[in-house]
Amino acid sequence: MIELKNISKSFGKTQALRNVSLSLSAGKCIGLIGPNACGKTTMIKSILSMVVPDHGTIYFNGKNIHKEVQYKNDIGYMPQIGRYPENMSIKQVINMIRDIRCFDGVEDTALYDAFGLEHFDGKKMRTLSGGTTQKVSATIAFLFNPSVLILDEPTAGLDPLASEILRDKIIKEREKGKLILITSHLLSELDDMLTDIIFMQESEVIFNKTITALFEETNESRVSKAISKLLKNIK
Amino acid sequence: MRGITKFVITDILKNRIILIYTIILCVFSWSIFSLEDNTSKGIMSLLNVILLTVPLVSIIFGNIYMYNSAEFIELLVSQPVKRSAIWSSLFLGLSLALNTSFFIGIGLPVLLFVPSMTGVTVIFSGMLITTIFVSIAMLCAILMRDKARGIGLSIMIWLFLSLIYDGLVLFFMFQYADYPIEKPMAILAAFNPIDLARIQVLLQVDVAVLMGFTGAIFKKMFGTSVGLIVSLMIMLLWIVLPYLLSLRLFNKKDL
Amino acid sequence: MPVNTQKYFMWLLMVLFIIPLAHSRTLHVGPNKEFKQIRSALLSAQDYDTVFVYHSQYKEGNIVINKKIVMIGIDLPVIDGDKKYEVVSIKSDSVTFRGFQVQNSGFASLNDPGGIKVYDASNIIIEDNVLENNFFGIYIQYGKHCLIRNNRLKAYGLEEQQIGNGIHCWKSDSLQIIGNHIEGHRDGIYFEFVTHSIVWRNISKLNIRYGLHFMFSNNDAYINNMFDENGAGVAVMFTKHVVMYSNTFQNSTGDASYGILLKEISDAEIRGNRFINNTSALFLEGANRILIHKNVFHGNGYSLKIQANCMDNEVYQNNFINNTFDVSTNGSLVLNTFNHNYWDKYEGYDLDKDGLGDIPFHPLSLYSVIIENNPIAMLLFRSFMVTLLERTEKLIPSITPEEFKDNAPVIKPYLL
Repeated sequence: MIELKNISKSFGKTQALRNVSLSLSAGKCIGLIGPNACGKTTMIKSILSMVVPDHGTIYFNGKNIHKEVQYKNDIGYMPQIGRYPENMSIKQVINMIRDIRCFDGVEDTALYDAFGLEHFDGKKMRTLSGGTTQKVSATIAFLFNPSVLILDEPTAGLDPLASEILRDKIIKEREKGKLILITSHLLSELDDMLTDIIFMQESEVIFNKTITALFEETNESRVSKAISKLLKNIK
Repeated sequence: MRGITKFVITDILKNRIILIYTIILCVFSWSIFSLEDNTSKGIMSLLNVILLTVPLVSIIFGNIYMYNSAEFIELLVSQPVKRSAIWSSLFLGLSLALNTSFFIGIGLPVLLFVPSMTGVTVIFSGMLITTIFVSIAMLCAILMRDKARGIGLSIMIWLFLSLIYDGLVLFFMFQYADYPIEKPMAILAAFNPIDLARIQVLLQVDVAVLMGFTGAIFKKMFGTSVGLIVSLMIMLLWIVLPYLLSLRLFNKKDL
Repeated sequence: MPVNTQKYFMWLLMVLFIIPLAHSRTLHVGPNKEFKQIRSALLSAQDYDTVFVYHSQYKEGNIVINKKIVMIGIDLPVIDGDKKYEVVSIKSDSVTFRGFQVQNSGFASLNDPGGIKVYDASNIIIEDNVLENNFFGIYIQYGKHCLIRNNRLKAYGLEEQQIGNGIHCWKSDSLQIIGNHIEGHRDGIYFEFVTHSIVWRNISKLNIRYGLHFMFSNNDAYINNMFDENGAGVAVMFTKHVVMYSNTFQNSTGDASYGILLKEISDAEIRGNRFINNTSALFLEGANRILIHKNVFHGNGYSLKIQANCMDNEVYQNNFINNTFDVSTNGSLVLNTFNHNYWDKYEGYDLDKDGLGDIPFHPLSLYSVIIENNPIAMLLFRSFMVTLLERTEKLIPSITPEEFKDNAPVIKPYLL
């Protein structure tokens, strides 16, 4: 569904992505993990063409995304830190995006309802707490029923209850055969959601395995343990 | 695209600074025209505002608005919207809002008190200047990642075009007074949009003196219909070039 | 007075009237009249006769009037010079010429052909005529006590050399030029060596050179005339004791165009005139002892250009409004005075409320001096830099002469 071919990107002297090639197919829930500044966010932003790669091409459903925008109709994106125009209310933000996307299917308001956002509807974005902002981001990502979900640190800043709601939602969407790409530091959270793991370090993809393969290889049943073991082995 | 433009315009029109700008312009032009029964003198006072304040406010406000819109831009880029659409929406929104302010604040009083070719020229020049400096403001915003440096650059550009440039031209004029410098000087002046706007107003207000010896070069260079069209083209270039350059940079920008 | 004496007096009066009448005749010229040609009527006319000319087209070459007669055109008869001849020549005293259309005189020959030309004659009346397309319109040479009234002169000259003046007066005295309308000639009204004359209520416009041009013509008065859109305005040269009251000088725009150009003039008075939209409203060169007061200068490029060789001129109680430059000069010598004028550029104050500004006004614009030497500097006029320069100079004159000032400018404009 999404294919990255030899993507490289550097910001000035720092190399953010070094010759990354990946293939992400539908029905998977992929965990993109790695230490800070390993290029996770840059990769996600490349897929969304928020960052323009120096080299390489990205294909979405077989089409080069360079200078394309329509493919983003199929992507729901939840940024790591949701930054919204301060003077807009939640309602206005959602309405504006609705306006932009010209979505004609049935909107998925499950998260909106579950988070109880209608109580904050008229509040300006600048008055919201970090957690509420994240809830808004999550809501928007899922709202238009996209076939791909890209979630950058989705649970950071969310209270446990909201985290749980989001996890359930993610699993539900995975079951519908969507491609879900999640980055996270907290490996423990990912356990029952993921089907695949991509591990990145120093701007490169170290491995890309299914969970079952990972567990088999390491004889572990927990993602966090399995990874640390595997990393030790590699070293 | 229309949705974004609409949003940008309503957002700016709600902005308190724009409101204050409109009110100050309004107070200024109404007081000038109602205290002074000599409208031509009033126009001259307004000209100074148009040549100094209007570009300053346009470039600084435009610049700050661009920096404050960083989140908005980021949000939009992650959505299925073309970058060029985002950029042109911001440009349209900013210039429409600032031009509306200018038109309400200065345009209407001028039309009311000086309903002549002079008045129309003044309004038209002011609106062109506003748009030009919005365009430059956007370029400054994209050139400098840092807000403080961006505003600094904006002020420098404003200072250069509205003061230093004329000083330099004046200096050259005296320095090379013994040479046939009419053409080069006129061309030099034509490169500065503020000078161009001023010269067009001058051609309306000081017709009598320009008909004389001193005006020969004026009439040849700026007074004919060709001159008018060329002046207009240069002003339009001042809008289009910074805009296109900033758009190019924005298309490559990582968010 | 006893009744008898009164009766006697009445009789005497009647006899006095009838005697000359008995000798004078009335002659009629027209297609169905006793004379078919003006020439033949003139041949048989004698002094004190009246010739009525009825409407028709008369092409008889040069018509010479050398008898003391009255010529009256009925329904505007046309006398045509066929572009070869001087149309009407008046060579006798006491001729009245009224109600004709005189057209197509000969052009540009050595003897300056005119529509109506007066040679060495006095007490001539030329009125209510229409003069079309003549080289010179009305030409008075050695005339005395002539009245030129209510004539309409129109020519279609394109170049100075190819057209004569509208009303051209040379070496004459005691003329009255009243209510004429002159258009399209070289100079509208031209005076050379003309004295004790009055030019009143004429309209002179769209003439190629000057609306009014006079040289060596002393003791004349110009009152209530309108000079509009003439190529170079009005020129007054080498003349003494001239008064110019309540005239309007407007729209003289162009290089070397003036509302009035004064050159080597002395003891003149210029009062109550309006100068509107001229490149230079009033230009003084070698002008002395001239009183310039109660005039309005409105919307001119320069209101007053006073060259340094002018002295003892007084400029007072004028309104200066909306002019690009109020006063300019070419030197630093100041021998003229300014007082009690209204300057719209004055920014002083009047604390004692006597209607006069408390600080002097320096009407000389620094930038006008700069532009005088460096015309291209006009490019920067009204820019912020230049405005700043001008203001400082007006407050604290450093380059322009300090004494060049109006010590007591009035705060409100005069009702003029």
